[in-house]
Order: sequence, then structure tokens, then C-alpha cells
Amino acid sequence: MASDRIFGLVALFVALAYIASATQVQTSFLSDPVGPKAFPMLIGAVAALSALVMVVRPDPNPNWPVGKTWISLGVAVVVLVVYAYALKPMGFVVPTAIAAAILSYQISPNARNAALAGAGLSVGLFIVFKYALGLGLVAFPKGLI
Amino acid sequence: MEMLSNLALGFSVALSPYTLMLAVIGCFLGTIIGALPGLGPSNGVAILIPITFTLGLDATSALVLMTSVYYGAMYGGRISSILLNIPGDEPALMTTLDGYPMAKAGRAGDALVLSGVASFVGAFLATIGLMLLAPMLARVAYLFGPAEYFALYLLAFCTLGGMASNNQAKAALASCLGLGIAMIGVDNNSGMPRLTGGNLHLMDGVDFLVAIVGLFAIAEVFFFIESHGKGSSIGVKLDKVRVPWTDIMSTKWTMLRASVVGFIAGILPGAGASLGSFLAYMSEKSIAGEKGKFGTGVPKGVAAPEAGNNAAAGGALVPMLTLGVPGSGTTAVLLALLMTLNITPGPTLFADRPEVVWGLIASLLIANVVLLLMNVPMVKIFVKILSVPPWVLLPGVTMISFVGIYSLSGSYFDLLLMVGFGALGYVLRKLDIPTVPVILGILLGGNMENALRRAMVLSDGDPMFLFSTPIAIGLWAAAVIGFVAPMFLRSVLKKPQAITD
Repeated sequence: MASDRIFGLVALFVALAYIASATQVQTSFLSDPVGPKAFPMLIGAVAALSALVMVVRPDPNPNWPVGKTWISLGVAVVVLVVYAYALKPMGFVVPTAIAAAILSYQISPNARNAALAGAGLSVGLFIVFKYALGLGLVAFPKGLI
Repeated sequence: MEMLSNLALGFSVALSPYTLMLAVIGCFLGTIIGALPGLGPSNGVAILIPITFTLGLDATSALVLMTSVYYGAMYGGRISSILLNIPGDEPALMTTLDGYPMAKAGRAGDALVLSGVASFVGAFLATIGLMLLAPMLARVAYLFGPAEYFALYLLAFCTLGGMASNNQAKAALASCLGLGIAMIGVDNNSGMPRLTGGNLHLMDGVDFLVAIVGLFAIAEVFFFIESHGKGSSIGVKLDKVRVPWTDIMSTKWTMLRASVVGFIAGILPGAGASLGSFLAYMSEKSIAGEKGKFGTGVPKGVAAPEAGNNAAAGGALVPMLTLGVPGSGTTAVLLALLMTLNITPGPTLFADRPEVVWGLIASLLIANVVLLLMNVPMVKIFVKILSVPPWVLLPGVTMISFVGIYSLSGSYFDLLLMVGFGALGYVLRKLDIPTVPVILGILLGGNMENALRRAMVLSDGDPMFLFSTPIAIGLWAAAVIGFVAPMFLRSVLKKPQAITD
């Protein structure tokens, strides 16, 4: 119950903000009868209506994960974000090995397996991408070699 | 006879050694993707699109490869349904109902071969149906103006929301989310940026591949972290694999009927393969009656959903190719592939690029034969692959997704966006909000708005123009019925839940 209500409220505000920012869209002198504002505002209105229905008639709560699993999920998101930033400056191999190992550990907490999975995936995928598929990946940061 | 000459053209494209090799590779990869729990046709094809794109394959080769993967994944889904009682993808859910009991009774090999043959029959008949129906529909599609297209897009969202989800409001919200994201970026008509929040990265809009890979593949990683990869070990052992001729002969009419039902369900825009396997199973169940013992591991209960599922997979290609409106989640991903390759689906595709269409159809036929040959004798290899532990598989999927998206644009911003879509996908699926309408919205949003605006230009702003032709009115009526009717039918047609031990 509560989950749907909260999500519905959030969605409602997002939809209203979306409509508000759609009204700010600049129109140019070359305009058609509909213009660039109308369709986004229509979408926002339908979304707001659906969100309201979710608030008024919520479904039963899903089984949310508890305690430690949230931490695992949070760690995973942080790792992926850091990985996204690291991929270009740090080269492929090292960030991939670390990120894959941490993700593997979050799925199955076994440090040895996780380290093996990280190292294996990083080197294996690099070879596949670079030599079998011919993608232009950089293994290590440029300064090191 | 025109069809035969077209087909000959298609085979001349698809039978070159190189494309044949691509078809075999695609079938093999696809079966693996379908078989692995947590990697279905949608996310499997989604991850592979950026990689195919960077490989620099030409349009036909890329299409052959990806459709082989698509058909292969449809075949592969049955393996984990039967052996593990875990559907490898959503349409394979119905196969667990009789497949898993049959495997528990020591007939795992029979069930796998029988379902393989049923898949072949369904997919083969559907491809024939596609050949017959698609050119006809393409001719009808010439009558479609902007008003009709707008109504057609609406129909796709309505049927998708109505039939494929449990809550209309949530499906509508998901569609709006996708459509809303599609609006971001420079407006084509006026050349003004819209809803970018001043962010330069958003001027080009949100790439649909980023959204697809995030919502499907990255979200899956979060689900595996939540479940700690439990329930993915081998359930039932597989011993000898023989061809159960008696079962195949006794289910031939079931397969035929299920194929027809599945094909029709597949054609409906937005309904897709899940509905196909569901309707095929339910109709066979009611034909067999109480004596049929459906749900206890009978061959017919394995053959019906698999034939229906694969026939629907073929049927879903009909609206996708002729109208540019996908009939299922995976065809939405295939539509993304076509758009990436700069092929615009629609009636003109049949006239302007016959080699692409007929090459595709020929490669579907080839892929189907390859899959049958691959799946019956080699089923043991695929079963081995099922035992890849999730703590290797899921990090691997993540890394492949990152490299794929990174190779598209080389920008960290797209990667961040992908992670964001992954987190969003997790929350949406937790709340039982379907993610396929989001994808469909992002894919079709621009076209839908253009159709509306062109219609309004033609009519000088008169909204009644949207209802001015019989085709448009019919589509509007179908859209309303498709959205509203399931609310009342839900109590009658209840989706059977997966059996538990």
C-alpha cells in the first residue's frame, strides 16, 4: 500500500514539474498548430492522472529487501557509478577487475571466487573485445606504458 | 509467384557462407541467452546491439545475426523452464507448468526434445504466415496517414498496458515515462531544445539503447544481488536424450492449433509472445478438458505453449516490419536495432529495400532449421551452460553492457544514465510497473508526436481530423477496448502462477 502511494506521489510531482517545464519551452517563429509544448504537456497530464490513480488505489506492497541487502544494492550502484567515471582515464583492465569482483561478491559472498571472477572477466573480456571483435579499448592508462 | 521470386532473392542474400555463419553463431548465442535464467531475449538482444553496431556489420548481416539471436533465445527459454522450473524469459513461464513435472518424472530429455520440435513447428508456421501476411499488410499500410499512425501508436500502448500488465494505471504511467523521456532534446520541428534542464549532454536526447540496456540488463544485476543468486542451481538431472516419436505424433494437432493461436496473438501490437503462449496453453487445456491432466506433466502441455510462444515471436514481426509498431518487448528491441541501422520499418521498406525484408525472412527460415538441428542433439551442451554460476555471469553481463554503451558514444554520461535506468528499472519492477512500455515510449515517442503534429498541420488544427477515416476510428475503438476490456476479463482469465515444489 505505502510503496505505491509514495511512488505515486513522487510520480505526481515529477509529472507536474514536467508540465511546468514544458510550458517554458521556447517556440520559434516557424511553428505548426500544435507546437513543441502541447504533446509533452499532454503526456504530463496523463502521467499525473495515472499517478493519482496509484495513490488512490494502491496495490499491496512488494517484498522489499531488508537491511543488509539494501547496503549491497547501494554498494553496487556506487561501484557502477565510479566504474563509469573510471573507465576512460584508468583504462579497461584494472577498473573492470575491481568492479566485477565487487559485484560478484555482492551476489555471492565468497572472496576467493569473487577475486577470480573479477580477474578472469576483466582479462577474458578484454581479449574478446580487443582481438576477436576489434573494439578500440585501452588496457591501461596511457602514462604507464 | 511474386512471393517465390522474393523468397529466392532473400535466400540469395542469406545463403552466402558469411551470413550463414552469422546465423549459426546467432542461434548458438541466442539459445544460451534464452537458457540462462535472468537473461531473456529482450536484454540479451539489447546488450548485443551496441556491440554489433561497433563491429561495423552491414544492415543485412546485423539483422541476420540479431534475428537468429532472437529466435534462438525463444528456443532457449524452454531449457531452464523444464530443468529448473525457472522461466528463462517471460513467455517460457507457461512451459514450466507441464515441463517441470515431466522432467521430475524422469522424462527431462523427452520434454526438451518435444518442446524443441514444438518450437520449430510454431516458428516455421509463423514465418510462413509472416511471408503471406506482411506484404498484404504493407499494402494496407499505404493507406495510413498521420492520423491513423497516431491512433496506431496509441493502440500499441493501450494493448500493451491492458494485456501485458496487472494494473492499467501503472502501465499508463510507464508509457508516459517513456514518452516523456523521448521528448527530451532538440525539437525537430522548431529546432529548439526541450526539457534538457540546460544540460548539454541531453541536447541529443536520451539514446534508447542506453535506456534498454539499463532497464533490462543492469536492473537484472540488482535483482540477482537481492536474491544472492539463489535458485539457479541445476534442479533436475538430464540423462539419455532420445527422440520421443510417439509424443511428437500425438501432439501434432496441438502444435498446429497452438501455432495459429500464438501467431494471431503475436500480430496484435503490444500483446506479444507472453500472450501467445498463455492463450495457446489455455485453449489446449480447455480442449483437452479434465481428462487432459494439464499441469501434471503431459506432452501436450509442453508442446502447446512452446509452439504458441515461438509462433507469436514470428507474428510479432508482422506489425514491426510493416507498420513500425512492435508487437512485444523483444521486437521493440529489434525495432531499436533497425533504427540504429538507419532502416525505417513501414510499408516503404517492402518496396525500397526488398533485400533487407526478404533476406530477413529467409534467414528466419534458416535460423529455424539450424536451431532444430542444434537443439535436439546438442541440448546437453546448453544444459551444461546453465551451470555457469550467477556470480560470474551477472558481473560479466554488466561489463559487456558498459563496454557496449561506452563504445556507442565514448561518453561517461551515457554510462551514468544507464546505471540510473538500471536503478529505475529495479524500482519499477519491484512495484510491478512494466518496463516494456517505457522502452516503447522512448522508441516511438518522437514518431507519435510527429504524427500528431503532421495531422494537425493537414487539418489546420482541427482535432476531429484524428477521427476522420474509418481506419482511424477502428484503431481508436480497438485502443479503448484493448485498454478497458482486460479490467473486466481479469477475474475470468487469471494467469496461472508457476508451480512450486
